[in-house]
Amino acid sequence: MVKEIERTGIPVVHICTVTPISMTVGANRIVPAIAIPHPLGNPELPFDDEYALRRKLVDKALEALSTEVDDQTIFEV
Amino acid sequence: MSKFKVVHYINQFFGQVGGEEMAHIPAEKRMGPAGPGLAFSKQFGDEAEIVATIVCGDSWFNENLELATKTVLDMVKEESPDLFIAGPAFNAGRYGVACGTICDAVKKELGIPVLTGMYIENPGADMFRTEVLIVSTANSAAGMRKAVPVMAKLALKLVKGERIGASVEEGYIPDGVRRNFFDKKRGSTRALEMLLKKIAGKPFETEYPMPTFDRVPPMPAIVDMTKANIAIVTSGGIVPKGNPDRIESSSASKYGSYNIEGVDDLTGETYETAHGGHDPVYANEDADRVIPVDVLRQYEKEGKIGKLHDWYYSTVGNGTAVASAKKYAAEIAEKLHNYDVDAVVLTST
Repeated sequence: MVKEIERTGIPVVHICTVTPISMTVGANRIVPAIAIPHPLGNPELPFDDEYALRRKLVDKALEALSTEVDDQTIFEV
Repeated sequence: MSKFKVVHYINQFFGQVGGEEMAHIPAEKRMGPAGPGLAFSKQFGDEAEIVATIVCGDSWFNENLELATKTVLDMVKEESPDLFIAGPAFNAGRYGVACGTICDAVKKELGIPVLTGMYIENPGADMFRTEVLIVSTANSAAGMRKAVPVMAKLALKLVKGERIGASVEEGYIPDGVRRNFFDKKRGSTRALEMLLKKIAGKPFETEYPMPTFDRVPPMPAIVDMTKANIAIVTSGGIVPKGNPDRIESSSASKYGSYNIEGVDDLTGETYETAHGGHDPVYANEDADRVIPVDVLRQYEKEGKIGKLHDWYYSTVGNGTAVASAKKYAAEIAEKLHNYDVDAVVLTST
C-alpha cells in the first residue's frame, strides 16, 4: 500500500515495528514503531508518558516526510 | 544406522500455547516433536528424528529480532543437530519472518542444512528466498498435509548431502541458483508448445521468468509542513466501533473510509480494531496507539501541520493478498489526490 500510494506522487512515511518487512515491500521512509499490537503506544506507561512517546514517533514521521531521501531510509527514533 | 538429529522451530499457535494473546511469549524448548513435528516425524520414519522443538511467540521474535535470534540459536546449538526445520509458516507474516531469520542464522552460524516452508506472498519469502531453501506452500494451515511430505523429502536430501533438483522438481521457491536437469522433451519442442499456447491465447509458463524489481522512487519531501495536508492510512484495521463495513479480520476483501472531522481523540468507546492477526486488546483500549489521530489533531491546532485530512482509510493487513492491497491503495490514492492531500502517514501492526 505504501508503494502504491507513493507511486501516484504522494510521499508516504511507514510507521511499523517489523522494519525488515517494510524494507522488503519497498517503503522509502520508515519509522520503527514500539510493538506490533500497539505501534504508537505503550500500554505499560502512564497516559501522559504514553502520549509523549506517541508525539515523539509522530515528530519523527513528520521529520521523515520533510527529509529528501534518494533511497529507502530508516529514521530511528 | 543412527538417525539424523533434527531441531524444529514453530510458533506459539502450532505449539498449542495459544493464539494472538500468547504471541508475546519468549522462546522455549521442548524435547521431542510437537504440533506439525509429529507429521514430520512420521515422514522421516527411521531416517531422522526431531530431538527438540522450539516454540516461540511471533510477536516476541519480531519485536526482539536480535535477542530472539541469539536465544533460539543457542537452544539449537545445545542439541548439535544435523538439520534444522522451521514452520511451515504459510501466509503468516511474522511467523514467516521468524522462520527465515532463524534458518538463515542457523545455516550461517552452525553450518548445518536448514529448511522452511511458506506461501509465496509471505514477506519472509521475499526476504530469505536467496539465503534459505523455502518450500512453496498453500496460504493457510489447510495446506499442511501437502506441505509436510514435500518438506520432509527435501529435508532428508539436504541432510544426506544429496543433489537438490530444480525448484519445479523439488517444490521450493526459486532461490536464484540455477540447477540443471534433463527434461523428457527437448528445448525446441517445449518452445513450440509454449508458442502454440501463446497463439491460442492459453496460459503458459515461461521457463525463464524475468526478475521483477518493483521499486518506487521516493517522492520529494514536504517543504513546508505547516501548510501540508496530512492523511492517515493504516493496515492495522482501526474502524469505528461496531466495524460498520464489516472488514474481515483476515484476508480483508475491502477497506473503509472514515470521517474524523472534529474527532480529537479515539477512545475505547468509539473505535476498535478489526485486525485478527495480533492481540487486539491494546488497539481496542485506545486506537490512537495504531493511528495517532490525537497527536496529529493537536499538531493541526498548534499549526505544526497545515491540516489533518478529514478522512482516514483502513484495512486489515492480515494474510491479505498483495493484489488486494494494491487495489485498495490505488483507490485510496485517487481519493487522496481529490482532496489535495500532500503526504501520508501509513501505520502497520
